[in-house]
Amino acid sequence: MSRHRLLAGLALALGLAVLATAPEPARAQQLVADLSSHLVAVTTGFTGANVLLFGAVEGEGDVVVVVRGPDEEVVVRHKDRIAGIYINRERMTFPRVPSYYLVASNRPLDQIASPGEFARQEIGLPALHLNPQGAHPPALDAKFRAALIRNKMDEGLYSSGVAKVEFLGARLFRVSVYFPSNVPIGTYQVQVYLFKNGVISSAQTTPLVVSKIGLSADIYEYAHRDALAYGLIAVLLALAAGWAAGTFLRGA
Amino acid sequence: MDIYFPIAELSLNVFMLLGMGIGVGFLSGMFGVGGGFLLTPLLILIGVPHTVAVSTHANQLIAASFSGALAQWRRKAVDIRMGVVMLIGGLAGSGVGVWIFKYLTKIGQIELVISLSFVIVLGVIGLLMAFESVRSILRSRRQKTPKPRAGRHPYWVRVLPFKMRFYRSRIYISVLVPMAVGAGVGVLVAIMGVGGGFVMVPAMIYILGMPTAVVTGTSLMEITIVTMNVTFLQALSTQTVDVVLALVIMTGGVVGAQFGVKLSDKLKGEQIRALLALLLLTVAAKLLVDLVVPPIDLYSISGPLG
Repeated sequence: MSRHRLLAGLALALGLAVLATAPEPARAQQLVADLSSHLVAVTTGFTGANVLLFGAVEGEGDVVVVVRGPDEEVVVRHKDRIAGIYINRERMTFPRVPSYYLVASNRPLDQIASPGEFARQEIGLPALHLNPQGAHPPALDAKFRAALIRNKMDEGLYSSGVAKVEFLGARLFRVSVYFPSNVPIGTYQVQVYLFKNGVISSAQTTPLVVSKIGLSADIYEYAHRDALAYGLIAVLLALAAGWAAGTFLRGA
Repeated sequence: MDIYFPIAELSLNVFMLLGMGIGVGFLSGMFGVGGGFLLTPLLILIGVPHTVAVSTHANQLIAASFSGALAQWRRKAVDIRMGVVMLIGGLAGSGVGVWIFKYLTKIGQIELVISLSFVIVLGVIGLLMAFESVRSILRSRRQKTPKPRAGRHPYWVRVLPFKMRFYRSRIYISVLVPMAVGAGVGVLVAIMGVGGGFVMVPAMIYILGMPTAVVTGTSLMEITIVTMNVTFLQALSTQTVDVVLALVIMTGGVVGAQFGVKLSDKLKGEQIRALLALLLLTVAAKLLVDLVVPPIDLYSISGPLG
């Protein structure tokens, strides 16, 4: 329980710190946004979670939200048919891939701004800077990139379309962000952009922590901190379970 | 009812896992095989990461095989001496196997080699067992003559040195043969991530000439010790053993194993072998189809470790 409160407090403090240090434009604050929770607690009963992002804008504009998981290294492999069976052949390593990625907006991205504007901020899957190690023909790169994104979508970790930012009246907006049960652990960045006439007029970044909490956190931590004892316990527990079953079920 | 599993890092339905455990436990009690060739692919199918599936399966296998081994021990159906001799080879073999596994993972071919090994090993053993068991079933129907005693070893086995008498199995054989069988199984265990019972059981029957009655118990003893070793090493080096997931599956597994042992008493040796052959061939055929049929997506992704 105390861990829960500690982490929640930490996440909140972090969020406030980022809000406080964000460069403040000279004009009045055009964009305010916050999350219903800065912590996604992965407990033993965790089956996925929704986090609500809400906020308000000043004046006319479009809101685009990007949620990005911690970066990871991903290897993409391609199968070829050799002697009748499918075998992994070519491979590409992408050193910096967001483990989770979601983009949401109030209307289709191509109506909000030009691709060049999105490319700079890595808004939308086509704009993600996914560069493999080594030099390859651009056509091959594109195929592996597309495969990477497709596989991430299948895992439910990349949004297949653009999620909906709902406006309530002219100023208030909200968007619901879903994290599936296989959500990677770590610190996420929630970026909110306000577009006016096709250019970014205001932006805000808020961290969101996805963390294991309670028994599942304790077990995970123990398995990594004291692997020797964890291994012994795993073996002994299994032996005890086998013995108990053999003894108690024999009479049945 | 869903539970989030801390090492597998996803939530799964508990009752589905219990059911899988019962089914696999039943097979292990009945045939003396661990059922890893069924459970590991099933776990991967429902989304458990490959490495976690292999390690966690080893952990749950301890309980199922230990429970089965105890049941066989009580009816004096375990040849301890034979088990120990095979284990010496087994530990050496699994060391080599772990090295091969790491290399294949690095070059991205581990899944192919696992699938191919399964197809070849399951297919060959399944076919051999199917022919042999059907022949002896037909023979026992025609005439009630007792089967010739096991222990007729081929010439190359008889000339080997370091002979030892295994009283419980009632065979006299060079220790090099069970050691070699143990080593071969050890390599396969490490590469395929299974207990190895489905290789060990036929090897004990057809190469060592052990009577079917002690084969199941001795094989279960072997699997118990090998999986203890694997679980411990995986927990230490890769931290991929999910104790919670293992406990849920083993709960189903130990229950299933008891029923399996009871049913194995009611069936004749050759009937058990025929059923096992059928099961092995079914799995081999399924895996072969998977290799030959074009995959839905030719591309796959994984972390840097494979």
